[in-house]
Parts: sequence; structure tokens; C-alpha cells
Amino acid sequence: MPDASWVGRALEPASPYQVGREKIREFAAAIGDDSAVSNDVEAARAAGHRDLVAPPTFTVCFTMPVIEAFLRDPAFDWDYTRMVHGDQRIAFTRPIVAGDELTTVVHVDELRTRASNHMLTLRCEVADADGEPVATTHALLVTQAGEAAE
Amino acid sequence: MSASGAAAGDELPPLQVHLTRADLVRYAGASGDLNPIHWSDRVATGAGLPGVIAHGMLTMALAGRLLTSWTGDPSSVRSYGTRFTRPVVVPDDDTGALVELSGKVSDVRDDDGVRIATVDLAARFDGKTVLGRARAEVVLPS
Repeated sequence: MPDASWVGRALEPASPYQVGREKIREFAAAIGDDSAVSNDVEAARAAGHRDLVAPPTFTVCFTMPVIEAFLRDPAFDWDYTRMVHGDQRIAFTRPIVAGDELTTVVHVDELRTRASNHMLTLRCEVADADGEPVATTHALLVTQAGEAAE
Repeated sequence: MSASGAAAGDELPPLQVHLTRADLVRYAGASGDLNPIHWSDRVATGAGLPGVIAHGMLTMALAGRLLTSWTGDPSSVRSYGTRFTRPVVVPDDDTGALVELSGKVSDVRDDDGVRIATVDLAARFDGKTVLGRARAEVVLPS
């Protein structure tokens, strides 16, 4: 049974994530996004950006590892092996570009148990090196309630 | 249809993608999501799934390509959200799973001199919708 006392709490900020050009190119290639501003620095600058622009769902690269570390922590008692992703929202205050140093704080917003599922809503507040907001993401994660298969 | 003159009712250029196991492995590496249900039949079927399934975030990203290729710039996407309603099962063959992506403008509004389109996105696999309430807000090029 996941520990409901976590609800309403924020985790310690994760170590800053350095957004790299090659990581943006690698991620864009993996999703088949050939946008010039995600691949070509000159094109990005010509479009008014400081550097390569990350595709919208790039946030997964640095938010999911923080979420995974929390969910694999035995203190929370979450069945990570049976987890599925219920929904995902991403809202940007500004675009993510190469060179950004981003800090993610995970907030445990809600935990519900309905029928045979635990449903957990985690919010990630992403800020840059100056502490300015960059993005907010919400993930609904679902795992089966009841005894896990041992 | 260009994004700059977008109006409610416009359809975005659709996209068809064949997702193979290689695509899932590449996405796993790029995203850091190494959950074995996305590459191991043994683990996927053990978890009660019909087989290896695509990352929900990969399907979300594919639908997101409609937005970025439409406006030409990923920074145009202000918000994007979806539910993951059905799994995309990816067979261990050379063809992979066919995912069909489409999008339609449901609203265009003026926000302090910036035109913002609301786009409803759809992703279909095996004739069925796999994303639910997929919606984005996109700044239109001037």
C-alpha cells in the first residue's frame, strides 16, 4: 500500500540537468522530428533561439528519472513493475533550449485507490539556473492494488 | 494548409508511422525509460500485456510531430496533454505497428496580439484510438 503521508509533499530538488545539443538531436531522431531548430544551431539562432530547441515531450528525459527514483524507493511502497502511464500534461513557460540547466522538484499531488488500482498524480516544477519557471508537467501513474506477484 | 492562416476546423497534415522494436529500443535509450515492457516479451506478457508495447510518451511524441512540422518550430507548443487509453502492441517483425496520427484545429484565439490555436490530436492503432483527449495549445506563426 503506497504511503499516503507523502501526498501534499514536495521532494528534495533533483540535481540540475544539463540540456545538451546532442541529447536534443538524439531525442528528436528517436521520435522522428526533423525540425530544423532542433537539429541545426544556425537555423535555431536564425529563428531567434539561443540554441537548439527541444521537442515538447523532451521533458520526459529529465523528469522521469526523478520520478522513477521516488517510485522505486521502498519507503513509498509502489509496485513499479506493474505501473502504466495514465495521462501526461506538459505546460511551458518558455521553451527548453540546449545549454539550459534545469532543476526538477516533484510534488506528490494526489493518491487515489479505486477498484483495483492505485492512481498517483505527480507534478514536476521545472526551473532554470536563475530559478525562473520553465515548465510544469503532470503525470498520472497507475499500478495494481492488492498483493503483487512475488 | 499553413499554420499562419489557421482557422477552427482546419485539419493538420496527417502522419503514418510504422513503429518497430528498433524504434522502441532507440526511444528507450534517448528518453531513459528502460522499462522492460517496452522491449521484453517475457516481462510484457508476465505483466498481463498482449506483448511488447510502445512507450505512451513515444506515441504522444509522434502526435506532437504534427504540431512541430505544422508550425515549423517546437517552441510554438505552449501546452500539450493526453490520456493513454490503449496500448500500441509492437510485433517482433520488420513491419512493426502502424500508428495513424491526425489533428484538427478546434479554436483560434487572440492572446495579447499572439494567435493561439487549440489543436485536438488523434492517434489510432489497429483501428482504435490510443490517445484520449489529446490536446495542445500552439502559438501560430505571424
